[in-house]
Amino acid sequence: MFAVENGLQGDPRLKAISDAIRVIPHFPKTGIMFQDITTLLLDPVAFKHVVDIFVDRYEHMNISLVAGVEARGFIFGPPIALAIGAKFIPLRKPGKLPGKVISEEYELEYGRDRLEMSVEAVKSDERALVIDDLVATGGTLSASISLLERAGAEVVECACVVGLPKFKGQCKLKGKPLYVLVEPSQFDELTTL
Amino acid sequence: MQTIISPLVSHRLCLAPAVPRYRLPNIYHRAPPSIRLSNHRSTTSPCLFSSAAASRDSEMATEDVQDPRIAKIASSIRVIPDFPKPGIMFQDITTLLLDTEAFKDTIALFVDRYKDKGISVVAGVEARGFIFGPPIALAIGAKFVPMRKPKKLPGKVISEEYSLEYGTDTIEMHVGAVEPGERAIIIDDLIATGGTLAAAIRLLERVGVKIVECACVIELPELKGKEKLGETPLFVLVSSAA
Repeated sequence: MFAVENGLQGDPRLKAISDAIRVIPHFPKTGIMFQDITTLLLDPVAFKHVVDIFVDRYEHMNISLVAGVEARGFIFGPPIALAIGAKFIPLRKPGKLPGKVISEEYELEYGRDRLEMSVEAVKSDERALVIDDLVATGGTLSASISLLERAGAEVVECACVVGLPKFKGQCKLKGKPLYVLVEPSQFDELTTL
Repeated sequence: MQTIISPLVSHRLCLAPAVPRYRLPNIYHRAPPSIRLSNHRSTTSPCLFSSAAASRDSEMATEDVQDPRIAKIASSIRVIPDFPKPGIMFQDITTLLLDTEAFKDTIALFVDRYKDKGISVVAGVEARGFIFGPPIALAIGAKFVPMRKPKKLPGKVISEEYSLEYGTDTIEMHVGAVEPGERAIIIDDLIATGGTLAAAIRLLERVGVKIVECACVIELPELKGKEKLGETPLFVLVSSAA
């Protein structure tokens, strides 16, 4: 579900967010129009809009933990967690987290990757949010949902700044709702930087 | 496991009895007290004793009076022995992130220090600098600039190489993210040898940015990372025997 489908139609903040995202053609490989959120982070007003919209949505949903996917989920997750009084849990590439971890494999276009979570970080019946900058195939978010559910948490929603148009409507990932702020920005040849 | 105390501070032993507990700063002499992390995750407060080395070389978040938030932050950090390899006592900040008060206080301490100082850039080192940098940037109205491992940033980058124990590594930043004359702080969770932060400083200085300070949650003072930072000051919240 996109923000415009859920009460934010015409909200000027969404345009500001979209305009602040830079498109890099053919990264990391030919044919991919990479949505670069680093330019959004250079615009403190637009970055704050992202956090404000997510906080407005989640602050009364009784969320006790925000899980962010390495590495860009680490940028958006903590400000939301701090504002809503939730714990922040990093979901990381293999071998980075110390202590006892559980891991979940997921598909890439070519091959597989793995995501890990500290098993001691989650108590049963916690209500969790998963954050990443962008959702494309949904593979990473699905792996994140699995990790949290295996540890006994209830995933309330997955939230991303950017999402492919296929995630409109009541689209779900592993049965969980998805909330997205904007569709991918279009490549603008005139953009400098 | 033994807590290693450097020779410089060994004569300033904690005056607490065998069970470490928090002490008020007025029983110590001039140097501001620093927190030494216990080498296991304990529910008692860490032993508090003054560290002349830390007070001279880096500024602690404790001026004349111990900020009561520091002890809670220090005790929320978990130490994991022999990770990622034998002999390393890993300072695990993920437990700090699970303590909502401690995480909030950590950010507040940095924000209090850096707001109203004309800082327009908060640079955060991948990946744990990405956790602490953005909340600070948002609170002080600054840009957040991620400094990343090679090939992660999609646009045109500038790179800086730095030495590791064996070999080298590289840190990158987007061209055009910062402008000459901007005032920046660099954030990471921890400073050990100082190699990464020194490279981050060089990268920003190459494009004409003034680094006001490097800020970390934790310092490992025995590794003398401060010395690699040249003229750039270092500010840390807690200091830990390696």
